[in-house]
Amino acid sequence: MKKNNLKFWFFLAPALLCFLVVVIIPIIVGFFYSLTDWNGLNVNCGFVGLKNFIDIFTRDSGFLNSLKFTIGVSFFSVILTNAIGLVLAILVTKKFKGSKFLKSIFFMPNLIGGLLLGFAWKFIFTEIFSSISKLTGLTFLNEWLGTTETGFFGLIIVNVWQLSGYMMIIYVAQLQQIPYSAKESAKIDGAGKVQTFLKITFPLLMPAFTIGVFLSIANSFKMFDQNISLTNGVPYHSTQMLALNIYNTAFTNNEFGLAQAKSIIFLIIIASIGLTQLLITKKKEVEM
Amino acid sequence: MKNLNHKKKFKINKLFLTFFGFILAAIYLLPIYILLINSFKTQKGFFENILSIPNKETFTVENYKNAFLKLNFLRSFLNSFAITIISVFFILLFSTMAAWILVRTKTKTSKVIFCLLSISILIPFQSTMLPLLMVFKKIKLLNPIGLIIIYIGFGVSFSIFILHGFIKNIPKELEEAAAIDGCGFFQLFFRIIIPLLKTALIFVSVLNVIWIWNDFLLPSVVLTDQKWKTLPLMTYNFFGEYSKNWDLATAALFICITPIIIFYSWAQKYIVSGMTKWSIK
Repeated sequence: MKKNNLKFWFFLAPALLCFLVVVIIPIIVGFFYSLTDWNGLNVNCGFVGLKNFIDIFTRDSGFLNSLKFTIGVSFFSVILTNAIGLVLAILVTKKFKGSKFLKSIFFMPNLIGGLLLGFAWKFIFTEIFSSISKLTGLTFLNEWLGTTETGFFGLIIVNVWQLSGYMMIIYVAQLQQIPYSAKESAKIDGAGKVQTFLKITFPLLMPAFTIGVFLSIANSFKMFDQNISLTNGVPYHSTQMLALNIYNTAFTNNEFGLAQAKSIIFLIIIASIGLTQLLITKKKEVEM
Repeated sequence: MKNLNHKKKFKINKLFLTFFGFILAAIYLLPIYILLINSFKTQKGFFENILSIPNKETFTVENYKNAFLKLNFLRSFLNSFAITIISVFFILLFSTMAAWILVRTKTKTSKVIFCLLSISILIPFQSTMLPLLMVFKKIKLLNPIGLIIIYIGFGVSFSIFILHGFIKNIPKELEEAAAIDGCGFFQLFFRIIIPLLKTALIFVSVLNVIWIWNDFLLPSVVLTDQKWKTLPLMTYNFFGEYSKNWDLATAALFICITPIIIFYSWAQKYIVSGMTKWSIK
């Protein structure tokens, strides 16, 4: 037993050690710094109690605006990426010529980093959209990314374009694990195509929903690269998501203490949304 | 006759699916296509018509030459390459060890550790960033080595989470048989487990490579020395300077995308097959 214990910790140690040093300890240290007026330049900083936390909800309206904006973008992104991901998955699991090729095309946007994607789409939204608008007279294509609304939709479009292929792969994996016999027996029992999908395939897909929704929530909430390259908060910080807001609080305003307090709230929000979702969808999973 | 009709219907269905699929694929590829045609145009051609393919007068490769130089491509490519490879190697080694022992040890501690690691996928980098920077600055690790350590720390939790799902599928009997044959613990790990996990390991490394190769935030705050700048950092600086020169910028985008597309054409079959073998539970 003792030898087993030693083995256990020996195999776990390298990963756990890095994880502790890089993730856990900084979070704990960060908690203390969130109670100070740390400006990032000198190490000495004064204790201010809960002032930073109170400021976030009373003086600094930027954070709350970013929170609202982030929730909005994430809400639509999560629904759309998973819905489109599922449609793509159903499409590519039908055996037809080129389905494999399509699978790799749909996944491809994931390879391009958020930063490059943001810049690429900025080009499309500003240059291409406005030239199409000039050609066709569609005024809603004009001045994209110049307003809060277009920035909002822009971020959602980019996020969905990137993540739906990722979700597709997750749903493909689960679809392939559904035994053919389950669908076949439903057919024999007289179930139509739609009914089979709703009553058999859909419930059996639940584990994939759990993972898909979980990963898309995590990805959308934490979105930073796409945000800084696509809108960078323009106009007037109104399209600034939480991650970018924290980044700017620290590196533009040099308010490290305040930024740390924000990041703790950020962490709590993400963790509680993610965990609630896990609990809800896990309950709905059926054993195969 | 009925059968024939059925077959015909089936064929039309397939035809429709193929058609629908390729329309969708075209939509997915359209942005990339538009970037590509503009990257080969002179600035004049760019202003004349942004939607057309370059013609004889407007075609140029000058953009690529310029962007290549401005990005300091060779240097920044090698920086990105070295950082990615080293980080991914250690992430794979450490997380395979951890995931295996976590699957094989059925104790409460093991379960709790696995749960904690899985949940930590949610932790945003921002909440550890500032204290981490302060500490790493003090111990003089604001350099590629520090960056690699951070990647390992952030990468292991997700990788363990994925690998756990694969290792569960390896029958225990196989390991027991090997143990009876006198196979030691380390031998078992390196000779039996690692080879069995080939697809899984490639799958996990692909996910990590994509993430680390493209990452912007971490190197932007950790790498202070100009000579270690990675490709995404150079791209960001580049866009700061040439944000209105889209002819040059589109070429730069393509230069950055190309290595990862080449990598993908090799790795794509492992992404799908890896995902299929992974048990979501």
